[in-house]
Amino acid sequence: MKPLSIDQFAAQLRPETQRSVYESTKSTHEKRTKVLFDHFPDPNRLRELAGQIKQHVIENLDTYLPAVEAKLQAHGAKVHWAATAESANQTVLSILRARGATKLVKAKTMVSEEIGLGPFLEKHGIESLETDLGEFIVQIDHDHPSHIVRPIIHKSRREIAVSFEKNGLGAYNDEPAVITRRAREFLRQKYLQADVGLTGANFVVAETGRLVLVTNEGNSRFSLAAPKCHIALVGIEKILPRDRDLALFLNLLARSATAQQLTVYTEFISGPKAPTQPDGPEEMHVIFVDAGRTEVLASECREILRCIRCGACMNVCPVYRQASGHAYRAVYPGPVGAVLSPLLAGNRFPELADLPKASTLCGACSEVCPVNIPIPDLLLRLRNKNKLAHGPSSGTPPMGAWSVLASQPTAWKTSLAFGKAVGLVPYVPRAFKPSVLRAWDDHRTLPEWRGGEFRRWLAARKR
Amino acid sequence: MNTEREAILSRVNGALVPLSTRAPLPDWDAELAKARRLLGDREALPVFTERIKLVNGTALTDPAAVVAQLLAGGWTRGYCDPALWPQLAPHFGPKFTVSTEYDRTRVDDYAFGITRAVGAIAETGTIILNDATTSRRLGALAPWVHVAVVPQKRIFLTMAEAVLELGDDPNVIWVTGPSKTADVEGILIEGVHGPGVQIALVLP
Ligand code: SF4
Repeated sequence: MKPLSIDQFAAQLRPETQRSVYESTKSTHEKRTKVLFDHFPDPNRLRELAGQIKQHVIENLDTYLPAVEAKLQAHGAKVHWAATAESANQTVLSILRARGATKLVKAKTMVSEEIGLGPFLEKHGIESLETDLGEFIVQIDHDHPSHIVRPIIHKSRREIAVSFEKNGLGAYNDEPAVITRRAREFLRQKYLQADVGLTGANFVVAETGRLVLVTNEGNSRFSLAAPKCHIALVGIEKILPRDRDLALFLNLLARSATAQQLTVYTEFISGPKAPTQPDGPEEMHVIFVDAGRTEVLASECREILRCIRCGACMNVCPVYRQASGHAYRAVYPGPVGAVLSPLLAGNRFPELADLPKASTLCGACSEVCPVNIPIPDLLLRLRNKNKLAHGPSSGTPPMGAWSVLASQPTAWKTSLAFGKAVGLVPYVPRAFKPSVLRAWDDHRTLPEWRGGEFRRWLAARKR
Repeated sequence: MNTEREAILSRVNGALVPLSTRAPLPDWDAELAKARRLLGDREALPVFTERIKLVNGTALTDPAAVVAQLLAGGWTRGYCDPALWPQLAPHFGPKFTVSTEYDRTRVDDYAFGITRAVGAIAETGTIILNDATTSRRLGALAPWVHVAVVPQKRIFLTMAEAVLELGDDPNVIWVTGPSKTADVEGILIEGVHGPGVQIALVLP
């Protein structure tokens, strides 16, 4: 069956799903904006800096990768390299086999989704259990995450209650507190029985060889408190130069992802547990995963490798809000996915070549991105790549015509009908601010990234 | 394995060689990452007390107040770091059963866990734990209530200062309020895998 385009998918989405995705992305986005502007005089400067630091890292991976490897080894971690998804999976399996391990608990990692680790391990007789509540529900439902931070943004509590009942996790009850409590009771036994805890890494600091992991639920902490072996799957682009840079990135990540000042659990791991500590891994493995990243690095779109997977671009995107994440048919949905997913697909690029076209190029994504990725620019480059590869007949709108509403996806037009599109990057109402800050704010003009920057860029491109 | 390493590094090289210049590493002023707007000119302790409350945690300075809160919640069985117990025991009455040993086959028998923190961060209401000071990772995580004993002298005003002091402990963890999720319809629920109640007992 031919896959549905984003528009077709959006059109058949149930109204409840569409509404809940819309409401919840919008509210996260608005809280994010408020928490950034309430706390920092110039959040735009933070984004620019973070973008420059990550751009520096990806353009110097040739020196950073061996440096971070040496640090990790000095701390007693074993470092592995996986060029492809298959080899990453095989590496995990061989570590498990060497330990005689059969049970694994897994904290949320997007790389593991990319490489299809869960199904692979199950095929090989390993019990691999997701521990993030959302991912756990996705797993028992044989579903796929539809958002990189909120995997079950598309599901209602009723649907969850039904799957819990079906999976023997108690009689039907759709109270979120009851659902959470049942997962708590079930999963803590699983942590205690597991041989291995598997995580990703949000950052790896080159200077000190620290892996940094953030979760709100504490599932990664439990995965590193009960099991005796830790495996971390890390994309090769995850590096930060120095510990001090973490102050910038942790501030931006929590606010951009969930509008928090700081994620609840922020863990800094530089090796197996201390010898005096009774709990936690005695053995630590770090697997650096390429799986298409070096091709992205060689492409004209390497800026996308700055991405810190915060999800802010989906929360603000009018197309994502209408279509939800599954419309993108890939692990990474939304604006980041429209760039990254086709690129990571390698020779399956043509299958996802429609994704870069499913954007209005409204620029909201690049204005919220904590690492300042020029997503609309990258989308245009990808459209060109597709045109060059497949000739003008591929249906790519001609350059210059894309700003005309007629060439925009239906999902965008629908969002206009919602009457909200103009409020994409909303101004924080004055009433929300403490009075001391108001005085300060009053003599400022609207900051650039509340709307001005992209339009200037657009005007410059039209010339 | 080694061949994969070489393959990846050579592809990285191949991708970077055509670049005529490489983006430089910007130096930046740590002041930028401090949330000055909410710090004001205050000392660390009042800021910490305010910020931990905003993430639904509690900061107390009197052990008796902690004991009262445990009693009020009906949390009378728990674990305490043996190094802290001599100092705290006098505050606990006969209603409590406190063990200084942690048995991982009985995780649900401990309603609370009391362990030492290495410090805290005022700006974010964060407690800092590491392997050297935490007697048991599980003891600080699995019980419904976690009480972290924070030395007042070790409260950093900002996160920007705390990241410079991570030190060489193999595992440092910052805990900012109780464990939580909003996965189900965006509704906030506390106590997912870790504590549902997070208390900081700040002592001189
Ligand atoms: S592209 Fe930017 S906004 Fe989108 S997920 Fe990545 S870091 Fe966040």
